Amino acid sequence: MDFGLSEDQLLLKDTVRRFLAERCPTTRVRQLMEGDGRGEKDLWKELAELGVAGVIVPAAHGGLERELLDLALVAEELGYAATPGPFVGAAMATVALVEGGDATLQKRWLEAIASGEAIVTVAWGEENGEWTPDQFQTTAKGDRLNGRKLMVPSALAADAIVVAARDAAGPGLWLVERDAIGTDIAALTVNDLTRRLDSVSFADTPAVKLPSGAAALQRVFDAGLILIGADAYGGSHRCLEMARDYALTREQFGQVIGAFQAVKHQLANMAADLEPSLALVWYAAHAFDRIRDQSTRHAALVKAHMADLYDRITRDATELHGGIGFTWEFDLHLWFRRAIFDRSFLGEASYHRSRAADLAGW
Amino acid sequence: MDLSYSAEYEQFRAEVRAFLAEHWTDADRESSPPPDGQAALMGAVIRTDERATQFRLEAIARGYLYRHVPKAYGGGEQPYDPLKSTIIAEEFRRAKAPGEMVGQGASMLVPTLVEHGTEAQKRQFVRDTLLGQIVWCQGYSEPGSGSDLASLRTRAELDGDFWVVNGQKIWTSNATEAHWMFCLVRTEPDAPKHDGISYLLIDMKTPGLDVRPLRQMTGESDFSEVFFDNVRVPKQNLVGPRGKGWIVSRSTLKHERALIGGSFITRRTFDGLVTVAQGATLRGEPAIKHPVIRDRLVQLETRLLASEYNGYRLLTQQWRGEDQGLAGMVMKLFTTQLSYDISKTAMDVLGDRGALGRGDFNTPDMGMFSYSYMWALGVLIAGGTANIQRNIIAERGLGLPREKK
Repeated sequence: MDFGLSEDQLLLKDTVRRFLAERCPTTRVRQLMEGDGRGEKDLWKELAELGVAGVIVPAAHGGLERELLDLALVAEELGYAATPGPFVGAAMATVALVEGGDATLQKRWLEAIASGEAIVTVAWGEENGEWTPDQFQTTAKGDRLNGRKLMVPSALAADAIVVAARDAAGPGLWLVERDAIGTDIAALTVNDLTRRLDSVSFADTPAVKLPSGAAALQRVFDAGLILIGADAYGGSHRCLEMARDYALTREQFGQVIGAFQAVKHQLANMAADLEPSLALVWYAAHAFDRIRDQSTRHAALVKAHMADLYDRITRDATELHGGIGFTWEFDLHLWFRRAIFDRSFLGEASYHRSRAADLAGW
Repeated sequence: MDLSYSAEYEQFRAEVRAFLAEHWTDADRESSPPPDGQAALMGAVIRTDERATQFRLEAIARGYLYRHVPKAYGGGEQPYDPLKSTIIAEEFRRAKAPGEMVGQGASMLVPTLVEHGTEAQKRQFVRDTLLGQIVWCQGYSEPGSGSDLASLRTRAELDGDFWVVNGQKIWTSNATEAHWMFCLVRTEPDAPKHDGISYLLIDMKTPGLDVRPLRQMTGESDFSEVFFDNVRVPKQNLVGPRGKGWIVSRSTLKHERALIGGSFITRRTFDGLVTVAQGATLRGEPAIKHPVIRDRLVQLETRLLASEYNGYRLLTQQWRGEDQGLAGMVMKLFTTQLSYDISKTAMDVLGDRGALGRGDFNTPDMGMFSYSYMWALGVLIAGGTANIQRNIIAERGLGLPREKK
């Protein structure tokens, strides 16, 4: 019975934390937000050198061969630092290839993913707001793909896209390479400039079907939900720290505002709601790795819970900062916007709670 | 991360199970009437009859109960091992066997006496308290001293071999059943407020001591006011040094917060809510099929799971010897708010039947949830109100400036 992190896990987390504090402060985050996307690629390469891109890639393909819990710790740190880049899509695509790909696909892509040479993302949600594979309108016939995906993370930066679609056999996963004929990628106007979203259309686009894609679909989606939850925890934690630090320095009426009980209690409520949710994130990731029959439901719970909580914490933190928190110049809105991404991407909270109720047999 | 227990602990669990199978049989389980509603709500399935006492003595001798209390005073005296304690609690609960007493005596006074009591006090009180033979109440709060407990004014003056106590306590749980009270009194009126308090043990039958039950919003009386009119308490009933009662009482409060923060009772209330939602009908449909109710149930369950998994985390921190920090500090506030919200949701699941109170058979829950809906507010207040918890979290957890004391 050990519900805590191992030394290796703590080391990984700490390494990423220190790297980001040093190499990716919010000044760089802002440069990348305002840039053309190439900066994210450079940063991703640097992160890949730390192992971030290959956490769950088998050692045979150059990865760390760790579990989703380890990857969730990385997600937490990226969320803490509001790190720009393709992480969520890349992580989901990696799960897809590890669990759904064959030896040929794995050899072709996993090593390149782990080293940061290649960015692979996922195309999941569609125009009707649907995230459930058996509702998808994107279809495959033979090795050709047709349809339109909205909400594809970092598609313009990607070397390949793992696409969730349907064919005669039912839902599954297909891989489309960059510049494949018939692919049309367009940038969307997004709120969270640290995680770009694009739309991708396929018109008889050549695609390779992942042999075990059907079985991997749920796993890929669950992993995404859990990683979003971990990102939201990290971001929330950062906002709570910022609000606490501000309350300890900002003076009004001759004292720091943190001495006023209204401010103390607002911060205490944030901490009381946030702190126990870390264990929920850990448990969901651990269930994904080791308690598979609980994995899908916990993934739904953690995404819904953390999306709501992240919204609450960023809202309260902004309010607590007063006018400065409402400015573009002050960093808080970076996390507010990430909270918007986390609540929307992969579907809204009530959708996942409804799934969780169904899964409980209620 | 590994939620299974190692072979050594699984072996231990098997031993505990074998012990229970042999010493607490079906006949024992059925030999006493089920507990009343309120005791069940509070998770207090406590038997103190002769058979239960006999069983407890066997369990203590095996080192399964009161592991933190020395054998000399009636405890199990075992090395600190939170995993074993957890296994024991789980298995005793499963077997519905009498475990440790959960009242204020065993969980609050005993640790205090073990730490600060005289040899004679330990011998006189600890063993019988552990067996439920001596029932205690806590004399802390006063009409003018609630959250600001250290401002208390009930005074004790030394007269020969006796402390003479005058004043009033309030919100005293179990005062009508208690044999003894552990009590904070002011003995040094001229000292700064925290330094003028002493910790006294008072026999509830002492002349001049008057218990008047208070009726709370639920309609029952679980608290009393206790009046002291020249109550004479033998000098040797002082625990710890004179004027050091505040420090002595700290070990007690620490234990009370641990007691109230547990999520086991919350789990039972939530499971009860799901059962009611499955059975009750709202607008011709099972309540559990109602989209709004489903959404709320999942929200509550998620918070409950967070508190349960946070419990695993706290347990791990305990045996690793790590500081629990915020993860421990927030639990009382988190779980007591959750309990209230669970009962509140139950009120909506019941629809108009929420208007019916305890014992009415026209509502599927027999009115239990309207009762727990009110009771949850008491728990939110007891042992440090929600606002006091927020101060603790803000000051000790987040490092914000302290309130003026």
